[in-house]
Parts: sequence; C-alpha cells; structure tokens
Amino acid sequence: MSFRLSEQPLDPAALKASLADAHAGACVTFEGWVRDHNDGRPVRALDYEAYGPLAEKEGARIIAEALAKFPVTRVVCVHRTGALQIGDLAVWVGVAAAHRGAAFDACRTLIDEVKARVPVWKKEHYADGSTEWINCATRGDHAGP
Amino acid sequence: MKTVHIQYFALLREQRGLAKETLSTAAPDAAALYSELGARHGFTLPVTRLRAAINGDFTPWPAPLKDNDEIVFIPPVAGG
Repeated sequence: MSFRLSEQPLDPAALKASLADAHAGACVTFEGWVRDHNDGRPVRALDYEAYGPLAEKEGARIIAEALAKFPVTRVVCVHRTGALQIGDLAVWVGVAAAHRGAAFDACRTLIDEVKARVPVWKKEHYADGSTEWINCATRGDHAGP
Repeated sequence: MKTVHIQYFALLREQRGLAKETLSTAAPDAAALYSELGARHGFTLPVTRLRAAINGDFTPWPAPLKDNDEIVFIPPVAGG
C-alpha cells in the first residue's frame, strides 16, 4: 500500500508484480501517458514538479481512504517527477481485489483524487516554444485568442 | 516580527526566481504574507486559488503564523 514519487522511469511490469496476492481475483491498472496535445495545442514535452513530503502524505491519505471505502487487497500509486517526453508514463495506479467491481471503482477513485489533491504541478512545453503551468492561467496570461 | 521559511514551487517559484527563502514579516497569517509577497514580486495567482501548507501539512486559510514556521503556497495542482 503505497504512494510515491519517482524521478526515474516507471516499470509497469514490476509495479504490477508488487500487487500479487493470493486473495486477489482481479487487478485493474491505470497508466497516465504524456500526450502530444492539450486544449488544441501541440505539446512537445512536460515537466512535473512536486512538493515531495506533502505529496507523499496526501497520497497516503488518498490510499487510506480508498482502503476504507472499497474491499481491495493491494493498492500502489507512483507519480513521475522531472522532464518527460511524449509517450512517457507519467502516473501508474494499480489495485488488486477479490472481485473486479471494487478494483475498477477503487482505481478510478484513486486517479481522480490524486489528480485533484496531490501537490504535483505540470508545465507543458508547446511546439511553438511557449510554456504554461497547467491550471495556473490567470486573466491576461495568454497572448493568443 | 517573526522569521518564516518559505518554499516556492511551479509558477510561484518561477515568478519569485527562488525555490526558498527565509525572511522577517509582520504578517499575522499566511494569507497576509502572500499579499505582501505578491505585491513585491508580481505573483499572478490570487490567494483564492491557492492552498497553504505550514510545517508540512495543509492548513486552512488564513493560516496563522508562528516564529520559524515553514510555509508553502500551493498553486492549483495538475498531476496525472
């Protein structure tokens, strides 16, 4: 049961193996990948930055809440930090449970809560050379229409 | 006056031009400190879009300050 940050590329096979449990009859995993566009703008690369100690504390709280709410056996979530390229794995969530319903529900809740609450920030680098911290735009920030 | 230790992340780090600093302030709480710093450094995010963390955990606004507190202003997050 863990939430952690990683400066290094993630290994989904090793992460999935860490969920193995004889009580589990279902495993649901989610992979968040870096895509080449956002809001209609071509994206070239991303930087992720985190407030490490609080990110890990809030991530642990999210996992504890999921364990209290869903009958699951194991949960692991890892979020990348640093410079990522298109196609890189940015976040991995894995849940093992006795039955598939709880595994799907817990996995969805975990990724939604992580995105909403964990202090991780994403800076997009666009094809035209400009950059933007996502969700941090304020009126007057944009030169475009 | 009290001494406070501030860490900046993401957009605030870039706008401040620093990742951390220690300073003296008369601000009674983190919200007042943010307005003081925002006026000095031109922060674009209004305080209403931030959360405050003091000594390693989220703290509800206005987040009263004590001597030697460690403060982080949390811009809107964007993981995943």
